Parts: sequence; structure tokens; C-alpha cells
Amino acid sequence: MACFIVPAAQAAVTTVVTKIISIKENKEDTKTGKIKLSKKLKCLSNLLWGGSAMLAFEHLWHGEIQPFYPFLTSATDPESARIMLDEMATNGVGMSVFVTAVWAVGVLVSNAFSKKAEAQKIENVENIIEVEK
Amino acid sequence: MTLLITIFAGVIATVCWYKDTENKYKLSTLLYLYWGASMMWTVDSICEYFSDTTAIFNPSGAELINDGFLGLSAVAFGLVIWLIRFILSDPSGRIKKLVSRK
Repeated sequence: MACFIVPAAQAAVTTVVTKIISIKENKEDTKTGKIKLSKKLKCLSNLLWGGSAMLAFEHLWHGEIQPFYPFLTSATDPESARIMLDEMATNGVGMSVFVTAVWAVGVLVSNAFSKKAEAQKIENVENIIEVEK
Repeated sequence: MTLLITIFAGVIATVCWYKDTENKYKLSTLLYLYWGASMMWTVDSICEYFSDTTAIFNPSGAELINDGFLGLSAVAFGLVIWLIRFILSDPSGRIKKLVSRK
């Protein structure tokens, strides 16, 4: 009915947070081998925006979105509005949580990879120093 | 059916993105669209399963056709968004050349 509104709202918040963090990172200008937090958050906001756009298309297909106020057909009467809010609370929140969880797993995996690569780099440098000695 | 078609589109887009090492075609847009939607429709399907355990696995012929048509339309919608972004980014400068010639 309108479940895509929850991930879309999360996407909007994530986009704003990403912009703020990106400005902070640019000011600090930290050059480490790790992927920046703003880049990781941008990935999450892109996933949420992409998914929400496709779901909005699906809702348009099913005639659940209209081009005039109140924009959602289910918001016209209280009974269907109650069902819509219930769906937003279950499906919508579930979608947001699931996408965020998948993104978090991706971030953890990429962190593990970058840590491993950094450790390998240090080991290589130590080996070179040892050979030179 | 919609979920399945979007997942297949996501897999194909991922393979193409992996092959495009120079990021010439900006395929990440398609990845975000298809995988984002796939994850959200997965949750939708899980919720549907819990509300009626059998309905999701036994769709009628008409439902299957309608969902398949929706899936293909969703894929086309994603492709159009990607195409607009690709044309606007104009990686080889072809559009810029065309406009400046006029």
C-alpha cells in the first residue's frame, strides 16, 4: 500500500547524514587505506533510494498512488489508512531493517578484507627490511 | 514472479558491472535499483508467506502473467533510469560534441 515510504524516508535521512559526514571527512582529510564512512553510507542510501523507486513504480502499477492529494489511494478513508499504517509498520520497517542488515554485513566483510590487506602490506614491508638487513 | 525477474536482472547487471572495470557504463545504478528492489520484495514475500503460507507458492495463471508483466516492466523502468543517468554523464563526450556542433 505505502510500505516504500519507510525505506524512502530512511534514504532521505541517510543522504543528509552522508553529506554531513562527507563535509567533515573533507575537512579532516584523513588519508588511510580504509574505505571512508561517507562512501559506505552512500552505498546504503543508494540501495534504499533504488529499492524505493522500484517499489513506487510497483505501487503506481497497482493504482495505489495518485497524482493529486492525498497521493495515496488508501489514505482517502480511515479504515484503509489504518491498514496502510499497519503495513508500513510491518513490511516497511522490515524492508528498511533488512536492507540495512545486508549493507552492515557488506561493510563488515569489506572491513575484514581491508584489515587483511593492511596486515599483508605490513608483513611484506617487514620481510623487505629483514632481507635488506 | 516479479521478485524472481528482478533477481535475475540483478545478477545479469552484477556480471556486466564486474566486467566493466573502467566504470564506463555507470552500471552501479542498475545494481542499486535491482538489488534494492529485490531485497524489499523479499521482505514483502516473507510477510505474504506468514499471512497465507500457501498462496505465494500456488499463484493462479492470471496472477503469474500479471506479476511477470510487472517484473518485466520494473526491469524496463530500471533500464530507463540507468539510460538517463548514462546519457547525462556522457562518458565519451558524444552528446557534448553533438550539442556544440549545432
